[in-house]
Amino acid sequence: MDNYILELRGVSKTFPGVRALDNVRFDLRPGEIHSIMGENGAGKSTFIKIITGVYIPDEGEMLFNGKPVTIQGTNDSQKLGIAAIYQHVTSYPDLSVTENIFIGHEIISKRTKRLLWNQMHAKAKDLLEQLGASFDPKIRMGTLSVAQQQIVEIAKALSVHAKVIIMDEPTAALSNRESEELYRITKKLRDDGVAVIFISHRMEDFERLADRVTVLRDAQYIGTWDKEEMDHDRLVMAMVGREITQMFPKREVTIKKEIFRVEGLGRHGVFKDISFTLHQGEILALTGLVGAGRTEVCESIYGITPFDEGSLWLNGKHITIGHPHEALAKGIGYLPEDRLGQGLILDWELYKNVTLPVLDKFSQNGVLDTHSERERTKEIIELLAVKATSVFDKAATLSGGNQQKLIVAKLLTADLKVIILDEPTKGVDVGAKTAIFNIMGDLAQRGYGIIMVSSEMVEVLGVSDRTVVMKEGRIAAIFETAKTTQEQILRAALGTSEEGLDA
Amino acid sequence: MTERKLLTERGFSFKRFFLQWEWLLVLIFLLIHIINSFLSPYYLNVGTFVRTPMTFLDKSFLVLPMTLVIILGNIDISVGSTVALSSVVMATAYNAGISMPVAMLICLATATFCGLFNGLILVRFKELPAMIVTLATLTLYRGIAYIILEDQASGNFPDWFSFLGWGSVLGIPFMLIIFIICAVAFGFLLHKTTFGRIVYGMGSNKKTCLYSGIRTDKILLWVSILTGLMAGFTALFLTSRMGSTRPNVAQNYELEVIAMVVLGGVSTAGGKGRIGGPILAIFIIGFLSYGLGLVNISAQILLIIIGTLLITSVMVLNMRISGKRKRSGFGSHEVGKNLTR
Amino acid sequence: MLNLRRNLLLRAERFRDFGLLVFIIVLSLVIQVRNPTFLTLSNINTLLVNASILSILAVGMMMVLIIRGIDLSIGSTIALSGMVSALTVSLYPTIHPVLSILEGVLVGAVVGTIIGLLVSKFNVLPIIATMGMMNIVRGLTFLVSGGKWISAYQMSVPFKKIATGSILGINTLIFIAVVIYIIFYYFINHTRTGRQIYAVGSNPEAAKVSGIPKTRIIWMVYIFMGALAGLAGVLWVSRFASAQGDTAVGYEMGVIAACVLGGISLAGGSGKISGLILGVILFGILNNALPLINVSPFWQQGIQGAVILAAIIINVLVKRSNERMALRHRVV
Repeated sequence: MDNYILELRGVSKTFPGVRALDNVRFDLRPGEIHSIMGENGAGKSTFIKIITGVYIPDEGEMLFNGKPVTIQGTNDSQKLGIAAIYQHVTSYPDLSVTENIFIGHEIISKRTKRLLWNQMHAKAKDLLEQLGASFDPKIRMGTLSVAQQQIVEIAKALSVHAKVIIMDEPTAALSNRESEELYRITKKLRDDGVAVIFISHRMEDFERLADRVTVLRDAQYIGTWDKEEMDHDRLVMAMVGREITQMFPKREVTIKKEIFRVEGLGRHGVFKDISFTLHQGEILALTGLVGAGRTEVCESIYGITPFDEGSLWLNGKHITIGHPHEALAKGIGYLPEDRLGQGLILDWELYKNVTLPVLDKFSQNGVLDTHSERERTKEIIELLAVKATSVFDKAATLSGGNQQKLIVAKLLTADLKVIILDEPTKGVDVGAKTAIFNIMGDLAQRGYGIIMVSSEMVEVLGVSDRTVVMKEGRIAAIFETAKTTQEQILRAALGTSEEGLDA
Repeated sequence: MTERKLLTERGFSFKRFFLQWEWLLVLIFLLIHIINSFLSPYYLNVGTFVRTPMTFLDKSFLVLPMTLVIILGNIDISVGSTVALSSVVMATAYNAGISMPVAMLICLATATFCGLFNGLILVRFKELPAMIVTLATLTLYRGIAYIILEDQASGNFPDWFSFLGWGSVLGIPFMLIIFIICAVAFGFLLHKTTFGRIVYGMGSNKKTCLYSGIRTDKILLWVSILTGLMAGFTALFLTSRMGSTRPNVAQNYELEVIAMVVLGGVSTAGGKGRIGGPILAIFIIGFLSYGLGLVNISAQILLIIIGTLLITSVMVLNMRISGKRKRSGFGSHEVGKNLTR
Repeated sequence: MLNLRRNLLLRAERFRDFGLLVFIIVLSLVIQVRNPTFLTLSNINTLLVNASILSILAVGMMMVLIIRGIDLSIGSTIALSGMVSALTVSLYPTIHPVLSILEGVLVGAVVGTIIGLLVSKFNVLPIIATMGMMNIVRGLTFLVSGGKWISAYQMSVPFKKIATGSILGINTLIFIAVVIYIIFYYFINHTRTGRQIYAVGSNPEAAKVSGIPKTRIIWMVYIFMGALAGLAGVLWVSRFASAQGDTAVGYEMGVIAACVLGGISLAGGSGKISGLILGVILFGILNNALPLINVSPFWQQGIQGAVILAAIIINVLVKRSNERMALRHRVV
């Protein structure tokens, strides 16, 4: 049979209240690129953390080169020759490239224990050249671009002669050209006999790189296929688990007058020439690759980070927004991407969370009226069907989907006209997704204008009326969603086409 | 729609009521009185309880805003210097011929300005931690006090000024009355108003507050101003009690004040704690030092005791919080949260 | 474009040290014009001797700041170690000066060990832990001395010689400071453990994942800080031939100021010995020259505070304009 370098059998991991991995298996051959795919929250990151020893599994066994091993910590996995490339955390911005490569396995003189800088710099330069990079290993890591930092991380893996390299969403923050470079390097690693685990939900990555693919869904193992067996539709089916169309509510919307318009918005070095209009009752999707500048645009509109040029128009009137409270006062609400870090106060009761944006409404001369806070919270979370036992529950005790609904509830307490939802279904289970889409549909019907930022093509196609595609800080195309296809959007996002109609 | 009816009121829970940090403080408080009354047969009388607070209440005015500062997730170690500077400015102003009531207003204004200045730097330069900013202004404010008075003492205040620190109304010390008014006001501000709610919110998660449209800068500025103002009160009472002032007064007040706040159950991680705890802690440390005085134990031992109290209460609070996290389950998700995006 | 951005950042970093050097030279010249005794050999010697104790402490504080900590207790540690060694000398006058130094270092290391334990194992905020220890140690100093002073006549001649004598023609204090700088320069730049200090400060989360013993590194840094403060305590008492309960009150502020001037980032992770030396020298010049140009000594603390504040604010402004420039030059 096959010769596997790494095998996992029946691996499970439970966190309080959450089954993060349920009886998952996996195998990896030397010299292959094995893609792991799954939606957000499918268990991909837990899975990697188990391989790298950040988490210890509750059940299951792991075999390395056919021999059972236990990985109790990151040290153990490093000793086995497993290296992981995350996007940020493992790098030290204040240290030199050389040090980042050799951290933990520095070259030291046997006698004096002195660090042999010259040897390390030379070796580092060598490794970087192997990977086709030309920058000086003596410079500080923090001065490199994300793509360059990833090359350093790969060099680091090579320097320990890693046999298994895990890449976690490596292309997410890369431009097209940089992705090409990464594909080239990854294939080279494979040809040198390294086994690569490639985590991504970009279809492009799968098509260009993978030899095999394993799909996870809702913490469970769905299957492993050779690339030839899998086409795009079957892969999506495996990831989503049923016909896509079921997920999205059908809704009748008559798009009325323009409610909000963005003209020529730009921020130095981040985005430029962003113009679009939003109508009453419309759901406008803002999509593109991660790092295309979508969140940055929304945060500028909402007043978190000021824009340098351009203007905002609400109901035909020019408005200025310098701070989120002004945005809210004028009727623009924003649901941030980072639910836990920006959306909620986890150790607060539900009612306190819900009323936070509009405390003035629940107070008289600054004195809180907690009774009306609780009553209003009750009404609104019943409306959104948030699963909770009382308004005193802590936000932390809710599931991801219910937490997301809670943040929507926060927005509904304010008197809004435009709602911006940044990745509203990220890390939310399938059932909750449908619920959130239903809520969005309702809101549109009630006359709100909705902007939804999303990376999931399926979702964009299923929910929105029009789609704005961004690429590297600019608008690449605007489509009538009903008349477009996933391929068209993807091509615009990747920059292979200039088509699309104007708004 | 949910099947179950959502609760909007919750009943009285004995467990919740008695599992409060404050009960521990009450216990310690009683213990100190019991020990003190063994040490001195004259200890237990009403006069002790009414008069003793006058010996330690001056710095307690700082405990109130410091509670807000720490709940906010910040720290302010410049308060002692603020007290010294405003006291020195007041004395200098008075001795330059300005009438005492105006000099007192100048004292409050100076202290408020010091707080405002801290706040402005914190708001303008968000990259700088409060600890570093107030460390710099700690040196600066006291430095200015030295520039004004060098190593001289200044005083000769009018007689009525001593009433602030020594006088009584209906047998109750004037200082105690003012403190009670301030304490009630701060308690109300922290627990009953939107301002207080936001202070807790910013201490728990500043980003969420910003994204919820809260003017976080404004709140931070107001807390800084309040801290300055209360430092002004401390300066008034302290100067009144001493009768004169020098640039080195109120040395190490920040330590004692922070120790009281932390002993009162306010977590240095921010977002947790109530006003009652620190107020109890004021009286615990106050009566403790009074008791030590009864048996002629030097002030130096008190330093050791306060330092130890500060460190141990932080340790105990840390363990309590991490224990709670573990039990309620959240926190474990955050292990290595930053590993993947 | 990326190269341009990188060059800008690099240039700004180098410019900082260079700018500081130019500032020191200009400042020296200005002072020299006001008072010609400033740049004489004997005054420079005095300046360096005075700066040496502070510079020894600054090395320790630099490491503490790199790991994102702070130590407010060093003034008290100086007092305690100075007091303990002075007491020992007054009781056993024949004791060898080297033993006195070791005794002081040991006392400091014990204090550092406790702080390190609190910070690294019990997650007490450094400012709280060191503020608490500052008072405990200060209280202990008064306790061991019984509130009395140890004066010059109670100290043996060899003990006083520690600070006043010379080695190879150089004042012992300067000599010790130079040795300390060489040792720590080597340690933090050329040993694995030394580099791990930077790694922990630069990215504590990553340090945990990549197998760096974060707890041990943090603990170690506070022990070093304590030991250096202990050493400084003995040197202090020897130099001023007097040990008091209130020795070196508030001295930590000066040390932190010198570090800030030397470009040690308070956000942790960065800071170099070369910058630190410049910072210490600048601070030494400020202290030395103010009396020379007839500034009252009572201005010293105020100037110190203003300088710290200006330095941290300028650091932030420089960093911001760098980032803005980098963004400007990125084409969207």
